[in-house]
Amino acid sequence: MSTPDSPANVMGASEVHVTHGAGAVNERYRLPPKLFDARCKSCWFVFGLICLTIASFWTLELHWARFFSLDAGRKMGKFIAELLVPETSSRFLAKLGLAALETLAMSALGTLLAAVLGLALALPAAQSHPQDKAHWRGLTRLLLNALRSIPELVWAALLLISAGLGPFAGTLALALHTSGVLGRLFAEALENAPQAPGFALRTHGASEGQIFWYATLPLVIPQLLSYTLYRWENNIRAAAVLGVVGAGGLGQMLAFHMGLFQMGETSSVLIAMMLLVALVDVASNVARRTMMR
Amino acid sequence: MSTSRLSVYQRDPAWQSRVFWMLAGVVVLWPMLVLTEFTPWTLFSVESLKPTLRFLGDFLPPKHDPEFLLLVAQETWRTVAMATAGIALALLLAVPLALLSVRVLSVSALTGRMAATPAVLRTLVRWLMIVLRSVPELIWALVFVRVVGLGPTAGVVAIALTYGGMLGKVYAEILESGDAHATHSLLRNGSGRLQTFAYSLLPQNAAELTSYTVYRWECAIRSSAVLGFVGAGGLGQLMDSSMKMFNGAEVATILIVFMALVWLADYASAWLRRQLG
Repeated sequence: MSTPDSPANVMGASEVHVTHGAGAVNERYRLPPKLFDARCKSCWFVFGLICLTIASFWTLELHWARFFSLDAGRKMGKFIAELLVPETSSRFLAKLGLAALETLAMSALGTLLAAVLGLALALPAAQSHPQDKAHWRGLTRLLLNALRSIPELVWAALLLISAGLGPFAGTLALALHTSGVLGRLFAEALENAPQAPGFALRTHGASEGQIFWYATLPLVIPQLLSYTLYRWENNIRAAAVLGVVGAGGLGQMLAFHMGLFQMGETSSVLIAMMLLVALVDVASNVARRTMMR
Repeated sequence: MSTSRLSVYQRDPAWQSRVFWMLAGVVVLWPMLVLTEFTPWTLFSVESLKPTLRFLGDFLPPKHDPEFLLLVAQETWRTVAMATAGIALALLLAVPLALLSVRVLSVSALTGRMAATPAVLRTLVRWLMIVLRSVPELIWALVFVRVVGLGPTAGVVAIALTYGGMLGKVYAEILESGDAHATHSLLRNGSGRLQTFAYSLLPQNAAELTSYTVYRWECAIRSSAVLGFVGAGGLGQLMDSSMKMFNGAEVATILIVFMALVWLADYASAWLRRQLG
């Protein structure tokens, strides 16, 4: 559209300079920085990312030939053709409904447990007022990070040893991972809560427990609730999948029927999963819109 | 009895609603506890406590002979490579889909309502993206492992499909959320859709788009580590096989590497997003 030394580009270059020098002068219409600059750190990082991508394709033994082969195409076609005929006998549908309910119950109970555990861990992880020494802050945050960095599926696989196959392991797995996530969010919320009400109670000699129950908690509870609901939404999706390692719900049914190559049943379970996720999406969208109003 | 002796100031004014909500909570909670087979006491029964303690006892010390560490390093690299390759392919899928579905780039919409054909096309592309992203990557992997066999190919394709849908949808949302003034004036003055994209939409939103992509790359690393559980290679597969052999020492090493990897990806992506502003 424009040659390199057209007036528009020269102007653009000077504008970039101005923005960099004086901080965001004209934020919205800021032009992108030059493509590569030896002094810009993120340019090097992006360069690294490109190298990483090339190296990834280079080193992974990707069988594209097999993936796009006639054989794979035929297999895929057969697979899809079989998936198009879902099993709809009423006995199977009843079982499917129960599994869907189980998934919902797993996610709800897991989130509830996580909210309780997360709040319990958030209290020592938050510095509630400037004079608070918060001895346990670092250690609890480390624990929360550890809980959070292990995905639900790995927790479920670990918990199968002590909790056995079934939804109980899945529920505990969801609870442990989510308590790490919620604990951190809750701690941030507690630290960012307005200080004045707590301060007023403290100067009148209220105990730390009283201050928490009557000043801090009422202030932050809407935020805690919205975090918890948001995580519940995520957990329904996660709970549907967890069963693949044997932790109950729709996923377990999916893994079972797929293992036996019963494609009709597999297809019904897949449809149920997608419906559940879509339902949750719609419900949360509607809820959000009504709350915004 | 005791409430009547309390003074007005000491009586709880909200006790009725408290009791009601407690009862309602129990009524809702009970079926959930039954459905999830919530039996915490089984955790502490002898037949579950013994293998658990033996397994946990095995954790210390984590396995650290060079041969195994080399294997772990190899699988870690494979996990990162799967995520990166998956995201790269997802971009190939997401960018055209996003461009096809962005409403701001419609020429017919400049003069009133969008014409029927482009409107239908945009809706169809949107639906395609919804389907792609509503199937979790683990399920895609499970399907593709059946088609291409065990190995990273299934994992890469699974990540590419799910994240392609996700990225495409969010890209379209980001592109539409900005100020459409520049876009409209370029289109009105006769530049093509791609030109308009390159000279008005992209400069406005480049930082946001990049930062979202980097964030998703971080998520992809987390999920590619898990994909191995269904046989798609990487750390997950290694952990799955160690877990099946009840080898606590190996599981401990893999868990440590896993957490280190997730933290590293977290920090790297946070740092890069800060740089982008």
